[in-house]
Amino acid sequence: MKPESGARLAVSLLALGLPLALVGGWRAARSSSVVTMHARMSEDGGWSTETLRVAAGEPLQLNLISDDVVHGFAIGHSDLTPIDLQPGQMVRTTLVFPQPGTYTFYCTRWCGPNHWRMRGEIEVTGPAVSADAPQPPLYQTLGIDLDAPHPAAVVPARRPSAARGADLGIDLPATLADLSSSLARSPAEAWLELRADPSTDGLSGDDVWDLVAWVWRSYATDASIEAGAALFAQNCAACHGESGAGDGVMAGSIDVASMGSGGTSAPLAPADFTDAARMLGASPALLQGKITRGGMGTGMPYWGPVLTEAQIWSLTDYLWTFQFEESR
Amino acid sequence: MTSYELTRSPFARAMLKSRWPQLAVQLGLLGGLGLVIASGLLGTPVGSRSFAIVMVWIVWWAALMLVAVPWLGRAWCSVCPLPLPGEWLQRGVIGGPPRRGSGSARGLRWPRRLRGMWVQNGAFLAVAILSLPVLTQPRWTGILLVGLIVAAVALGLIFERRAFCRYVCPVGGFIGLYSQVAPVEVRVRDAAVCAAHTSKTCYTGNESGYGCPWNVFPGSLQVNTYCGLCMECLRTCPHDNVAINLRPVGADLTQAGPRAMDEAFKAILLLGSGLAYTALLLGPWGRARAAAAAVGSGAWLLYALGFLTFVAAALPALLLAATRLGLWLSRIRLTPIAALRTLSPALIPLGLSVWIAFSLSFLLANLSYAGPVLSDPLNLGWNLLGTAGVGWAPLGQVLFPWLTIGILIAGLAWSSQRLGAIAEGLRGGPRLAWPMRVVSLMLTIGVLAVLAP
Repeated sequence: MKPESGARLAVSLLALGLPLALVGGWRAARSSSVVTMHARMSEDGGWSTETLRVAAGEPLQLNLISDDVVHGFAIGHSDLTPIDLQPGQMVRTTLVFPQPGTYTFYCTRWCGPNHWRMRGEIEVTGPAVSADAPQPPLYQTLGIDLDAPHPAAVVPARRPSAARGADLGIDLPATLADLSSSLARSPAEAWLELRADPSTDGLSGDDVWDLVAWVWRSYATDASIEAGAALFAQNCAACHGESGAGDGVMAGSIDVASMGSGGTSAPLAPADFTDAARMLGASPALLQGKITRGGMGTGMPYWGPVLTEAQIWSLTDYLWTFQFEESR
Repeated sequence: MTSYELTRSPFARAMLKSRWPQLAVQLGLLGGLGLVIASGLLGTPVGSRSFAIVMVWIVWWAALMLVAVPWLGRAWCSVCPLPLPGEWLQRGVIGGPPRRGSGSARGLRWPRRLRGMWVQNGAFLAVAILSLPVLTQPRWTGILLVGLIVAAVALGLIFERRAFCRYVCPVGGFIGLYSQVAPVEVRVRDAAVCAAHTSKTCYTGNESGYGCPWNVFPGSLQVNTYCGLCMECLRTCPHDNVAINLRPVGADLTQAGPRAMDEAFKAILLLGSGLAYTALLLGPWGRARAAAAAVGSGAWLLYALGFLTFVAAALPALLLAATRLGLWLSRIRLTPIAALRTLSPALIPLGLSVWIAFSLSFLLANLSYAGPVLSDPLNLGWNLLGTAGVGWAPLGQVLFPWLTIGILIAGLAWSSQRLGAIAEGLRGGPRLAWPMRVVSLMLTIGVLAVLAP
C-alpha cells in the first residue's frame, strides 16, 4: 500500500466512520424496545414523543432526558412517583401497565408558560377487560353549563367563618346535610334557602353566611383539604397564585391566542378564587367539572386524565377555603 | 538568569526527536476531538452537561491559559489534533518521516499579501462576535470544530506546510503572541553552523523529517511567536544544532525595536478582547449578554459593532493617543505608530494577566461540571468514572478575588516595568511610558471592578 493510500484511508475512516457509527447506533437504538424521550419547554416542542404504545403487562423502558430546564415525568391516575429530569441528565425507568387503556403522561415541573401542554399518551394494548360502561361527567348529568357565568345573587359583608357557624347551634335542613344532595347547589343558593328557613329568623345575613361556611366545611375532611392544598400548590398556584387571587407567576404569560379559541389575543386572567361573587355562585359540581374538563380556550388545562376523581374533589374542598374561614 | 538546554539530556532529546510519543498524544487528542464533535452535534443541547462545552471551553481553555501558554508556549500547537487529517493527506504519511513521491497537496505558497497575522486577527474576531453561542451551545461548538478541520484539510491540500496553523487558526495567533512569555524556546545552538549549512534541511526537509511546517527558518528565530514546537527541525538538523531551552520567563519581551504592525495590533486586539469578554460574560450587563446570544438579530448586530469598535478601533485609538502624549512629554522623535509598535510587547503581560484572571474565574466556578460529563460524555445515562452524580459546586470563591487581584497587579507591574525599560531604551527617559501606564492602570481597575468588586 502506498503511504498516501494509508493517509487517505485514515482520514476517510475519520470522516465517514464516525458518522456511520453514530447513525448505526441511532438506528439500533430506534429499533430496540427502549424509547428515548427528550423533554423541552412546550414553546420548543415539548415531549419529543407524544404517543407511546406498549402491550399490557410488557415492560416499557424509557430513557428520559431534558434538553433545557428541569422537567418532571409522571403518569396520570397512577401511583408512580414523579421523576425529576435535570437538564442533560438521562434517567432510565421501566413502566409496566397491567391493564389496557390510554394513560396520560405529563410534566410535573413548572417549566414555562405552556407547561401544561407537555402531555402525551401511552396506549396500552391487550385483550379487552370487562369494565363498567364509562359514566358521563357529573356536570353533564346535572345539566350544568360550565361555560356560562354563574354569579352569586348575594355575597357576604364579611368573610364567613365555619367556627362561628357551628357556634350558632342551628339544626340544618336535611337537604343540606351531605354533599351528595348539594352537588349542584352554590353557597349563595344555600344561603337563600337558609334565609328562607324559619329557623334562621333571628340571625343576621352574615350569621347565615357563617352557617353556610360551616355546612361547606362539613362536606370536607382535614385530610382532603390538606391533600387539596398540596395539589393546588403543585398544579394550580403558578397561574391562580398561592393566595388564589389569580395572580400567579405565570398569570401574565398565558398565551390564549395560540389555543385555537378564535377569540381575543389578549391574555385572560386566571380565575380569582377570592372573588366572592364568582366563587359563591359556583356549585361543587361546577368546580369539579371545570377542573376535569378545563377551560376550553381560556388557558385552564383539563385535569381529568391526570388527577383522579378523589384528587379533584380534594382540590374543590381546598378552593372553598379561599372564601370560608376555619376559625372565628 | 541564563538558559538551560533541555535537549542536553540524552533522554529528553531522544523523546523529543522521536515521532512516536508526540504521535501517541496527538492520536489520543484526536480521539478526544472526535468525542467532542460527536457530543457537540449529537449530544445534549444543555451546555453544562455537554462534554463538548465543558471539556473545550472550561477544561481545555483553562489548561491552555493557566498552564500551557504561560509555561509551555506553543506546546499545545505541537499536539493539536485539528490539523492532523489535513497534514496526513498533505504528506501522504501518518506520523512517519517523509516518503519519496507521497502526498496529495498542490503545495502552493501562501499568498504574500495574506502573510502575517491579519487573517488570524480576522478569524479571531469572527469567532469572538459569535462567542456567546459558541461557548454555551454544543451545536455551535461542534460546527466550529468541524469547520476548522475542514479549513485545515482544504488549506493543507492547496498550500504547502501548515498554512492553516500559521496564517488562519484563530487560536494560533493568540497562543503565538503570548508564547513569548513562556520559559521554553526552540533556538539554534550556534548560528554559524546554520550559516555554513547550505542545504538548510531544517527548512527544506530531509529523510528524517519535514521542512519547518510553520514556514520558519530556525536559524533566525528570535521570538517564539511563529515557532509551533513541532520538533521537526530537531529531527532534520544533521548537526544536532537545534536545542530546546528553558529560559527566563518573558525573555522574548526584551527584544528591542518596533514589532510588525500585525503583531502590535494583535497585542492590542487580545488585550481588548480580554477586557470585553470579562465585562460581557462576568459583568452585570444581562442585556448585553442577551444581545450577544441573539445571533443575527438587530441587537446582536449592535453588540458585534460595539465589540469590534472597542477592540479594533477605540482601544487602539486610546493607546495611540497615550503614545502621542508620551512622545510629546519625552520629546522622542518617532512617529506615533512606530512608537506604539515599539511599546506593544509591553502590553503582553497585562493582556495575558487579564485572560488568566478571566479564565480562572470560570474555571473555579464551573470545574465541577467536568465530573458528570467525563462519566457520561454522550448523555446516555452512563457512569463510567462514578462521577455522574457530582453536583455543581463552585470552588475557591473566597480565594478567587485575592488571586485575581494578585494576577492583575502582577500583570500591570510587569507591563509597567516593560514600558519603562522600552522607554529607557529609546533614550527618552520614562516620560514616554507614563501615559500608557496610566491607561494600563485604568484598564486594570476596570477589570478588578468586575472580577473582584
